[in-house]
Amino acid sequence: MKKISRLGHQARLGWTLVAPALSVIALIAIFPLGWTFWESLHLHELRMPWLGKPFIGLANYIEIAKDPRFWAALGHTAFFTVVSISLELVIGLYLALVMNRVFRGRGFVRAAVLVPWAIPTVVAALLWRFIFESQGGIANALLVRAGILKEPMVWFIEASTAWVPVILSDVWKTTPFVALLLLAGLQNIDLSLYEAAAVDGANAWWQLRHITLPLLKPAILVTLIFRTLDGFRVFDLIYVLTGGGPGTSTEPVALYTFNALLQNLRFGYGSALSVVIFAITFGLAMFYVRGLGVKLGGEE
Amino acid sequence: MSAPITDRSGARPVKKPRTSGVRWQTWLLGAALVALMLFTLFPFYWAIVASLTSDAALFRDPSLWPQHLIFDHYRALFTERDFITPIRNSLVVAGTTTIFCLIVGTLAAYALARIEFRGKAAIMGFILAVTMFPQISIVSPLYLLLRSLHLIDTYPGLIMPYMTFAMPLTVWVLTGSIRQIPKDLEEAAHVDGATRFQSFTKILLPLAVPSLATTGILTFIYCWNEFLFALSFTLGPERQTVPVAIALFRGQYQVPWGEILAAAVVATAPVAAMVLVFQRRIVQGLTAGAVKG
Amino acid sequence: MARIALEHVDKIYPNGYVAARDLSLEANDGELLVLVGPSGSGKSTVLRLMAGLERVSDGVIRIGDRDVTDLPPQQRDIAMVFQNYALYPHMTVRQNLGFGLSIRKQAPAVIATRVAAIAASLGLEALLDRKPAQLSGGQRQRVALGRAIVREPLAFLFDEPLSNLDAQLRVETRVELARLHRKLGATMVYVTHDQSEALTLGDRIAVLKEGVLQQIATPMELYNHPANKFVAGFIGSPAMNFIEGVIQRSEGPSGRMGMCTFKGIDLTLDVPCDGESHGRVFLGVRPQHIEVTADGENRPKGEVGVVEPMGNEQIVYVTLTGGDRLVAVAPPQETIRPGDIVSIRVKPEGVHIFDAESGSRIEPSPYAIER
Repeated sequence: MKKISRLGHQARLGWTLVAPALSVIALIAIFPLGWTFWESLHLHELRMPWLGKPFIGLANYIEIAKDPRFWAALGHTAFFTVVSISLELVIGLYLALVMNRVFRGRGFVRAAVLVPWAIPTVVAALLWRFIFESQGGIANALLVRAGILKEPMVWFIEASTAWVPVILSDVWKTTPFVALLLLAGLQNIDLSLYEAAAVDGANAWWQLRHITLPLLKPAILVTLIFRTLDGFRVFDLIYVLTGGGPGTSTEPVALYTFNALLQNLRFGYGSALSVVIFAITFGLAMFYVRGLGVKLGGEE
Repeated sequence: MSAPITDRSGARPVKKPRTSGVRWQTWLLGAALVALMLFTLFPFYWAIVASLTSDAALFRDPSLWPQHLIFDHYRALFTERDFITPIRNSLVVAGTTTIFCLIVGTLAAYALARIEFRGKAAIMGFILAVTMFPQISIVSPLYLLLRSLHLIDTYPGLIMPYMTFAMPLTVWVLTGSIRQIPKDLEEAAHVDGATRFQSFTKILLPLAVPSLATTGILTFIYCWNEFLFALSFTLGPERQTVPVAIALFRGQYQVPWGEILAAAVVATAPVAAMVLVFQRRIVQGLTAGAVKG
Repeated sequence: MARIALEHVDKIYPNGYVAARDLSLEANDGELLVLVGPSGSGKSTVLRLMAGLERVSDGVIRIGDRDVTDLPPQQRDIAMVFQNYALYPHMTVRQNLGFGLSIRKQAPAVIATRVAAIAASLGLEALLDRKPAQLSGGQRQRVALGRAIVREPLAFLFDEPLSNLDAQLRVETRVELARLHRKLGATMVYVTHDQSEALTLGDRIAVLKEGVLQQIATPMELYNHPANKFVAGFIGSPAMNFIEGVIQRSEGPSGRMGMCTFKGIDLTLDVPCDGESHGRVFLGVRPQHIEVTADGENRPKGEVGVVEPMGNEQIVYVTLTGGDRLVAVAPPQETIRPGDIVSIRVKPEGVHIFDAESGSRIEPSPYAIER
């Protein structure tokens, strides 16, 4: 462990304490990132070692720009992210409003709602895959019995229907997290504001629109940041649920990169893809932080 | 109807009984909540029921109510598939990562929460940025690095990569939690003559134990659930973790759903139990870290 | 404007806590009624029941002639000024002021005019486009006030509006509020824990203790004829002195009379007692009615402990030879020092008797016979 020097300057002490954590992060995160970037500028086909590892500049990136499978993957990712977030925000907000009130069984609701968040994504994916799997799956059985479907459907054979279990399982798994973030924001709102509004004549809808939502904006923005980034990095869920299929019609960018790297062993090209993904997520983060930063500055 | 206020006869005015006023709005909200609860809990229920039903019965005529309960799948899990090994692997990896990150992270969090020095904001920003890294972006260099160190398919070969997300997470949540502990107590200790180290160990650490526990739980959960790195950096059943093992279950003729679900139940039960017991702490930990940002 | 009345109101919380018990009181049309009492007395609860922010467990609430017991706050047409002002942080002062009107779908032109008028009368014109976070405490208070006034409600409710202001601002604002009340002629119910605030502002004052109404009367009535020991000790500063005593029955000039003797005071009073002996009583005397003189004969004696010079008077803390402690008020020019031995004289016009068991005042006020 680190010796705490009594005579140390404040700054020296601070940096000393932070150093171990920082160096771990730098070593394990920054260094590989730099390496990835370096790799992306080379041709590196592990399946064809005789080609060596020549420097090819931005050729990989140009190939990406022309790669239809990449653009398709980007589209899938964007579609998935937008639809999931929208559903999660609405349901999550509702959940947060409910959990903010005191009622019997609130602890149970909170715990029950947290469990999907806590289990491995692959397990969640497997559960939902099982529900929608084949003619014998319970989803088909229930829908047919309820009269919504005439006959059992094979969900995973068409891209359009394959998205249903994918989005459903993501909403199922991450809405709790969204609800928690929003709940934290809700709890920061002074209760007497609602009382003042009630005395002033505002009914519940008015209060929601003019007090809750505006004051919840910071929390909503934080939620959007986290969820958008998570959405763009989605991997586990789709790997297990559809494998990117049918074919590659539900393949998100992370899975495409994974395939390029560890299946096709195209390390140079895969690294370029990695960098592109990183750039996109970083850009999104910056975009949100700017928006959030400006907001906070104005309010305080 | 009611007696005027000046009535002092002692008789209480007669009025209609006070109803609890449950209006239709409350009913609607309650019904929606129930529906949401069913939606949340249904997959678990179904998984448990299915894991106790034979494969044949499942697909012949799936029904919501358990018919004929058998334990074959669970037995096969531990006899034929040696499910103990992935469980052990997950425990070792998640446990070691958590403990290491807690120790190193607490020092960093203490510095960030209690010591004034230049560059603090930059460090926090840096840590936040790292949590936003897409894991996929560092898989390949990590793979090559681990391969050159002969660490593929080993415990350190997983623990090291896990630091990339476990360390920032730990530091972030712990910093937020320590910030919420009032400084007065440590200041009082300083006035009483304690050194920084003493006030850290005797005053702050005991108070921070709940936060440490919460952060530990969160980190453990994240490590336990991790998939991409575990998939990429292990080769075979010897070192695979639980998520990987379950995802790669192969049957002889068809997908062995019974065993997969049994494995899922086994993998989920401890995590679910932890969440149920510590739900309030987990909520506090998550929100302390997240919204403060 | 309208009167607000509580009729036999109970408020019992689910955990069993009783906040109000068989409470009946009334704020007359146009009067400023102050609800005063220590914390836990239920005064804020009463205010919230009037506003509709809490529901009664039993009883009726009327505003004007309407039974509003089951109506939500939105439909009661009253305005409330909260202790922490409850200004909408994301709205400008202008929007805060106009909020109530915009809910009622008033025309924007109407809202603008009314808001401008209120802002002018409260000195807020320059602040109309600021947000609450950019205002000082006093300014926020005025915005909260303006928000209430602009709606022209049936009545105003104030929940300890001055407690977040510093001492000087508190006094200034108190005067402003009194002026406002005179100008508007509105029915106002005002909650405070500060008895001096109550005395200066209220047309009438309701004293509450643990959810039970102790006395409701004008300030002077409360001061001069407190209904029980609690009210006597709560109203007036410095607080009234209480000395234990005993009534022994004897025959006096007015027939069946009792004789009260008090520890250390050596005062005998004629008190009517009915039937049996009243037993133990308390003598209540305000510090203003205790005279401190130089050591004299045949008077209770004591030693001066602390002297607090207040400018226009001195507060003298005396410990009597029997051990009882008294607080007296002396004129500023007298020389009284800690350690002095002094004599105490109780002015007969300032004597109150309270039953030691029930706390109630024993009427009529006896006239004292000094030995």
